[in-house]
Amino acid sequence: MLSGFSLFPEQASTLAPEIDNLYFGVISITAFFAIIVVVCVVYFAIKYRDHTGDKVGAPITGSVPLELGWSLIPFFTAIGIFVWASVVFFHIVRAPDQTLEVYSTGKRWMWRFQHIDGQREINELHVPVGRPVRVVFTSEDVLHDLFIPAFRVKADAVPGRYSAIWFEATKVGEYHLFCAEYCGTRHSGMIGTVYVMEQADYQEWLGGGGATAGGTMLQRGEALFTQLACVTCHLSDGSGRGPSLVGVYGSQVTLDSGAMVTADESYLRESILASQAKTVKGYERVMPTFQGLINEDGVAALIEYIKSLQAGGTRVASAQ
Amino acid sequence: MQTMVVEKPVTYINHAHTVMSWLLTKDHKRIGILYLIVVSTAFALGGIFATLIRMELTTPAGDLLSADVYNRMFTMHGVTMVFFVLVPAVPAVLGNFVMPLMIGAKDVAFPKLNLLSWYVFTIGFCFTIVSMVMGGVDTGWTFYTPYSSQGSESNVLLTGVGVFITGFSSILTGLNFMVTIHRMRAPGMTWFRLPLFIWALYSTSLVMVLGTPVIAITLLMLVLERGLHLGIFDPRLGGDPVLFQHLFWFYSHPAVYIMILPPMGVISEVIACFSRKNVFGYSFVAFSSLAIAVFGFLVWAHHLFVAGISPYSALIFSFLSFAVAIPSAVKTFNWTATLYKGAIWWKTPMMFVFGFLGLFLVGGLTGVFLASLGLDIHLTDTYFVVAHFHYIMVGGAIMGYFAGLHYWWPKMTGRMYNDTLGKLAALLIFVGFNLTFGPQFILGYLGMPRRYHVYPPEFQVLNVLSSAGASILAVGYVLPALYFLYSLKFGAIAGANPWKATGLEWTTQSPPLPENFPTTPIVTEGAYHYSKREIKVA
Repeated sequence: MLSGFSLFPEQASTLAPEIDNLYFGVISITAFFAIIVVVCVVYFAIKYRDHTGDKVGAPITGSVPLELGWSLIPFFTAIGIFVWASVVFFHIVRAPDQTLEVYSTGKRWMWRFQHIDGQREINELHVPVGRPVRVVFTSEDVLHDLFIPAFRVKADAVPGRYSAIWFEATKVGEYHLFCAEYCGTRHSGMIGTVYVMEQADYQEWLGGGGATAGGTMLQRGEALFTQLACVTCHLSDGSGRGPSLVGVYGSQVTLDSGAMVTADESYLRESILASQAKTVKGYERVMPTFQGLINEDGVAALIEYIKSLQAGGTRVASAQ
Repeated sequence: MQTMVVEKPVTYINHAHTVMSWLLTKDHKRIGILYLIVVSTAFALGGIFATLIRMELTTPAGDLLSADVYNRMFTMHGVTMVFFVLVPAVPAVLGNFVMPLMIGAKDVAFPKLNLLSWYVFTIGFCFTIVSMVMGGVDTGWTFYTPYSSQGSESNVLLTGVGVFITGFSSILTGLNFMVTIHRMRAPGMTWFRLPLFIWALYSTSLVMVLGTPVIAITLLMLVLERGLHLGIFDPRLGGDPVLFQHLFWFYSHPAVYIMILPPMGVISEVIACFSRKNVFGYSFVAFSSLAIAVFGFLVWAHHLFVAGISPYSALIFSFLSFAVAIPSAVKTFNWTATLYKGAIWWKTPMMFVFGFLGLFLVGGLTGVFLASLGLDIHLTDTYFVVAHFHYIMVGGAIMGYFAGLHYWWPKMTGRMYNDTLGKLAALLIFVGFNLTFGPQFILGYLGMPRRYHVYPPEFQVLNVLSSAGASILAVGYVLPALYFLYSLKFGAIAGANPWKATGLEWTTQSPPLPENFPTTPIVTEGAYHYSKREIKVA
């Protein structure tokens, strides 16, 4: 029963110490206020105890300075905590540039992962130590939530859109990976393991194994790009019926409504599966929807391929 | 009076005896008792579910209940406790009984509507019971889509309809209370002479009337989505599953204030009585109730920080969540200051107040962790959240409800319960509660997700502690049921004012007359004039 018992989770990512410091900071601040109240209540309750019930208390009705004091001091303390916690929050949600991307899909009751180099795994995630990793994921059915306590990261998997978490593991080892959003009967069985490996071991792991059938994500994406006839409209010189996709990833796109959007993974995903939702300015609304014609793995592969299309004809695999 | 040979005085209990006289009563006091019966039944039922949950979680493996049954257990526990205990407990039981007495009225503004509210509530509860008998529901009390609309194969429709119906009881009660407080106060009972419990009930009624229609519409949308597949929440049809969460929490976060504001009002009453003092900073406590009711509507998205909302809207909702904590802090400081230089009489209701203060403090302050964006990402959907809201809802709301029940029991029944046993119950509940939910904060930071039927073995020690605490807690909750029932027959006669309290409800006999007061009282002072004069002991 005591095996592996601990009172505090392992710190295994660059974010973990930052979040733990905040945690201990908030514990100290709240404990300070709690102790004041508890000491006062206990002291008053004992000092002013009356066994008879016949005495009356002092005629005190209130004090405006005190009210102001115990409104404003907690308020400004709260603002302090708010600012600190918000800074940490932006570190959690803003991934650094140059992350290693892994795509994932949650479905009842498993997590599928697919790596850029083509490896696929279920309920296991192999990542290198000391390198920022970004997991882009969605759900095929109901809500799920990808939660890795040792890294202190978590986000819901929502059907129909992409979510992402990022982390940079700092310690080689094996860590829990949980589904944290209730998803039905075997919700508590939707758990897995994150394997943090030395760079060399990770390279070896990438090289080995027969899970790469079908080639890298880039190769599969390129094949799909032809197979689904994307290539007939999205000509690279922009003369096709659809806009050129060269350099589109990460750029600002102007829509026919005049609005600007950033072409991130979620935008590309929506443009493939719900192509009528947003149309680029200057183009006809003619693209068919690919909902039902392509699975989540295929969408991810296509997006990886589109990401690799860069101006000047150079292809940059984002794995590098 | 003394010269006459008086038979047993006429009370709201003994003036008519038939079952129909109870089921067709328009007396707010009798309706309060009817609510007490249903709410206590629901509390026992929810408690049985909780017991099974804690038994299952004693071991990491799923050896007592199947996964499916476990999921139904925590769902039914949540549904029963939230909609049929926490929301109605203080307003519908205690509020119905004492509110008209406290403001010097003969009844509420719309007595028939009040009876209808109880019927609507009870019919909603029956629907829920039927859905349980037919196998229950497994979506969690939050009914998140698309699991509830497409995934679940349990009785979502029936439970949804049950909760939908119950909502109307809240709306009608809220409306009734607001009109009563506006229109039915005795001569001289100005707004700033009102007991703080009335301020709390007024604020709560505001939330009930404004918030409950939103959950009703949301549940209706869910029922339509599930039945007709309209696509409101289905991304394949252009819907948005997260929209449900916005709508759900737009009611359900304010609902937390429906649950906690009335108990806060009870605390103000009891603390004033047993300290023999004015509540410190009366108007600050009164307005903090209103502030909580208003700001409570502006924080719902803090339940969605990991659901994919924009980081900037997360910032705003985090800030507002910190802001809503301030009025609660102000109340706590005022209660503490009320004790200063009081004459503190250690009777059972006051013991529950001390318990409330300790547990509500922990519940409120751990809310600060969850309002902090950088911490919420790690903590949300873990046992930290489970512990936090139980400290608020059970440690806060139920402790406050028990304080009120022990405070007004002599008024309701005319009998005293055993004070020593009452204190023992307060102690058992306080200790058992902390042992049950304290370890869950640690479990949460360790990363144990909520709603887990099986869990990794390293979490077992803390879960065993938690289950052990739950068994103490169970004893603490059964005990009052026993001495309350015992007191009905064998308790000492209470008299009109056993606590030597101020307040109009203590000026009439116990149990009160059917029409509350022999003559309409005239109010000339504030609610808590303990230090100004001798207290009349009738």
